[in-house]
Amino acid sequence: MENTLERIYADAMEALTSVTDVDGVSDLSTQYLGRKGHITHYLRNISSLPVEERPQAGKRANEIKRTLEDEFKNTLTRLANVSKTATDRIDVSLPGRVPEKGSLHPITQITNRICSIFSQMGFDVVEGPEVETDYYNFEALNIPKNHPARDMQDTFYVSDNVVLRTHTSPTQPRVMEKQPPPVRIIAPGKVYRCDSDLTHTPMFHQVEGLLVDRHVSFADLKGTLTAFVHQMFDDQTTLRFRPSFFPFTEPSAEVDIRCVICRGKGCRVCSQTGWLEILGSGMVHPAVFENIGYDTSRYNGFAFGMGVERIAMLKYGIDDIRRYFDNDYRFLSQF
Amino acid sequence: MKVSLNWLKEYVPIDMAVPDLADSLTMAGLEVEAVEDRYAHLEMVVVGQVVDVLPHPNADRLKLCRVDGGNGIVTVVCGAPNVTTGVRAPLARVGTRLPDGTLLAKTVIRGETSEGMLCSEVELGLGLDGSGLMLLEGDFQSGISLKAALNLFDFTFEIGLTPNRPDCLSMMGVAREIAAIQGVRMNPPVSSLPDANGDINALTSVTIEAPDHCPRYAARLLEHITVAPSPYWLQDRLRSVGVRPINNMVDVTNFVMLETGQPLHAFDFDHLSGHRIVVRTAADQEPFTTLDQKARRLSDQVLMICDGEKPVAVGGVMGGLNSEIEDTTTRVLIESACFDPISIRKTSKALGLNTDASHRFERGVDPDGTLFALNRATGLMVALGQGRLVDGVIDEDFRTSGPLVLPLRVGATNELLGTDLNRDRMAGLLDSIGFEVQVDDEEGLQVRVPSFRVDVTRPQDLMEEVARLSGYNQIPTTFPMLPAQGTTPSPMMVRRNQVRDILCGFGFSEAVNYSFISADSCDRIQLDTDDPRRHHISLLNPISEEQSVMRTTLVPGILEAGQRNIARQQNNLRLFEIGKVFLPQPDAPLPLEKEMLVGIWTGRRAKSAWHTREEACDFFDIKGTVQGLALALGLTALSFSAMPDGQCCYTRAGRTAQVSHDGRMLGIVGEVDVEVVNTYSLKQPAFIFELDLEAIGRLASDSKQMATIPRFPATARDITVIVDQSIESGGLLDAVAQFGEKLVAEIYLFDVFAGDPIPAGKKSVSFRVVYRSAERTLEDETVNAIHHHLTHRLITEFGAALPA
Repeated sequence: MENTLERIYADAMEALTSVTDVDGVSDLSTQYLGRKGHITHYLRNISSLPVEERPQAGKRANEIKRTLEDEFKNTLTRLANVSKTATDRIDVSLPGRVPEKGSLHPITQITNRICSIFSQMGFDVVEGPEVETDYYNFEALNIPKNHPARDMQDTFYVSDNVVLRTHTSPTQPRVMEKQPPPVRIIAPGKVYRCDSDLTHTPMFHQVEGLLVDRHVSFADLKGTLTAFVHQMFDDQTTLRFRPSFFPFTEPSAEVDIRCVICRGKGCRVCSQTGWLEILGSGMVHPAVFENIGYDTSRYNGFAFGMGVERIAMLKYGIDDIRRYFDNDYRFLSQF
Repeated sequence: MKVSLNWLKEYVPIDMAVPDLADSLTMAGLEVEAVEDRYAHLEMVVVGQVVDVLPHPNADRLKLCRVDGGNGIVTVVCGAPNVTTGVRAPLARVGTRLPDGTLLAKTVIRGETSEGMLCSEVELGLGLDGSGLMLLEGDFQSGISLKAALNLFDFTFEIGLTPNRPDCLSMMGVAREIAAIQGVRMNPPVSSLPDANGDINALTSVTIEAPDHCPRYAARLLEHITVAPSPYWLQDRLRSVGVRPINNMVDVTNFVMLETGQPLHAFDFDHLSGHRIVVRTAADQEPFTTLDQKARRLSDQVLMICDGEKPVAVGGVMGGLNSEIEDTTTRVLIESACFDPISIRKTSKALGLNTDASHRFERGVDPDGTLFALNRATGLMVALGQGRLVDGVIDEDFRTSGPLVLPLRVGATNELLGTDLNRDRMAGLLDSIGFEVQVDDEEGLQVRVPSFRVDVTRPQDLMEEVARLSGYNQIPTTFPMLPAQGTTPSPMMVRRNQVRDILCGFGFSEAVNYSFISADSCDRIQLDTDDPRRHHISLLNPISEEQSVMRTTLVPGILEAGQRNIARQQNNLRLFEIGKVFLPQPDAPLPLEKEMLVGIWTGRRAKSAWHTREEACDFFDIKGTVQGLALALGLTALSFSAMPDGQCCYTRAGRTAQVSHDGRMLGIVGEVDVEVVNTYSLKQPAFIFELDLEAIGRLASDSKQMATIPRFPATARDITVIVDQSIESGGLLDAVAQFGEKLVAEIYLFDVFAGDPIPAGKKSVSFRVVYRSAERTLEDETVNAIHHHLTHRLITEFGAALPA
């Protein structure tokens, strides 16, 4: 008799595993727990058992009845969830609601990168006026009036003595006038030259650097700029320093890097030379210190300047300098 | 500066390969910008041997030649009188580009095919004889290149000289550098004077009335000169560096200038009135016609070379038409002078005349080289012009300073350069380029600067020479000894970048416009006639009218950017720019430079997608952008109020708000005026803001103090009131906030409605008030009482009604 009960239970559980819909569960429920169901039938016939077995059998039968009731209920819930999933299924391949993306101008991004590299080396970032006096733009930098060096930069004039700065270098005397050595600054900003063609825009951006202290050498200049180039490009980039002329530095050096496009083999970007000119630099000219009133016997320093557009062109493969200020959305949105 | 390898070899043996030489010069500071094979045009010219010559069937003066060009026989039509069977001559193959620009193609001449051309010297640029074929004497194999056969090998270098190196504006100067690079000595040209008769002082005189402008003037006189074309070697030298030959006298002056760097001038002596030279400054407005045939008026700053009556040359810049060498000239006065650089530069700028001579004088020529160049030219002119030298030289020399001697300290040099060079090494380097070095002591040198190095005036200049000649790349790479101090960027830079990042996050892309704009921009954005932004800083020498004044507002630039994009079908734009405006200050030399922020939004609010319909942006999008920016900057209590009509002329009346903080105006936000939209061809509504970035930067705050998180639940109640259309909704909200109920935690507007059933002229405004206490859960009765009170205050203060 006991075996009968356990077999009914096992059969019910077995049947339940293969049920796939709500009707199946309700059929089973009727079959086992309904008025004429197997469990009901068993309980009804319990009186036919020997008296001593009745309590045990009844207890067990009721236990099974409750268990089956729970199992049927759980199965119903599970089946309900399955069917809800089916109707609630979404097409996850549909595009999401993407917030509109803006972008920072490539000049901003490169300027910020340059500034951050030098900031990490302890340089303070300063700024200066874009409309500048002849004194700060030229005279203080050892470029007297009627000197051929003035031909190196085509100048926009506002009046005889006021110009649009042709370089960021006027920040050098402006900063030095206000503080004694040591000085360690970089100065980003817009500069202007009266020149407009395929490779020149009348406005562009530079970053100036100046370091003044005791015992500063040309070798230190080389080290600092090498570290910069290695961070800006990569640490495999070769540099070369070659003699040049800037009135406010002596010795002066142009800094070339191995062409980052062709790695020195020669290409259109480097005009087949394998080298790219990216920086002007040198040891601060004693005449500049004399103009400021720094003691040239105690202090020396180095200065450098670079064109942001040029570096951005190399970093991003920009092929035409005029794109920078045309503000075509198809250009801007790429950065 | 263009130099030719073969010409340089006159003064220094060169054993380096061409690319190595170019590289070495660049690394010595003489940047080689281009290298050209002078005989590149002969690439397809070979030695051809004429196999036979037949008459041309259709032309008496032409012949049909069969020519052995090495790899087969070709037929060439030829008109040269000296073409005969068996001769060898240059055969230019099809594809050759001749010096005159002709590109040889396979052609048919009077019915006969010609595959190439047999050439004369002139046709190949190899000589002056154009009378017939250039016959090649010698047992050359047919088909070998003409370059190889005649050993034609030369390269020209274009050197980009920096303004401090006028000494290298000459073959000798460049040769000196090459000699130093190779560790050899340069051989200057030998200049020996021919026999002379007579006495120059009996025939002419030179008077310097302006020694400040002309510290030295030397002259020689030649007689019985025959002016004629120069010999080929001289013409070839000049052509090799791009100078056009003229006649033997003028060519010699150019040749010696190119050789030595000293500009010279040759006068026709018989055109000099009174047969004398006077050097003076011009009278104001003095007329003069220069060699370029331009009649000019001169200022009293200009130095003139005059004869007994009139000017004959602009000193150091250009000769005059009235005294130039002509075919009939027989007596020549040669001028070799030293002019003041500043004087020449001013003259050159004033006249807009930049000549080979002025270029050199304004940078500085060697004041000791005057006579050397004069004598060198004299020798050549006498030889080439078959004339006679008048004995004696005029040399008016007003120079006061002697040679410059500078001390060079070994320790200081090494400290500046970061090198470890010893005294003798430094001495050797300086000696290699013509500095005379004397040992002072263990630590020091006395260095006599050669007169041609006008750029060297300080010990530091010598240090540069040491660095340059030992090689910059030999200098070690070290790092400055820096204290480990952090840096703090200025607050403005921090704010500026923060604003950029925030706007970028809002979907705006950054634009950069030129700082100069068109002078009529103020008209285009309809600024009032008395608007202070009409006062511009103007450029004296703008590139164009469109870029002639410094901007006083960023609005025109961003509208133009919009215009360009829309013209290119980029209709959906969100752009911003951060930049300076330039405001003239009456009492200061420089304008006030103020940093502003401008933004434009035009086109759609969001892309059309499966979940969103495309909608055009409106005023509240741009206003929301400014509000969002303020929130992100921690800039609370920004207020927006209706801009009185007519106060902002480039935005629409009734659709513009002024943005302010605590009564201080920060800028505007609004819809671009319809007329301005038309002016800039935007074709669609556009919305902009322009804000004072510096003020915003100062107001923005990073200081934060945590507030307690509420522990008790909030209760919300809605109010809907009906008010006059003219009442600003913002005013209602502000009013509720200002009623000062402590339990009001938040108020926000969720609906504004006008139209049926709301009476005309009215609108319903609905907002939600959130009540909360920090101490307890609020009972309904408490909230209801406050809410009732608020509602009634609104009704009384705004004449509001409750909905029916």
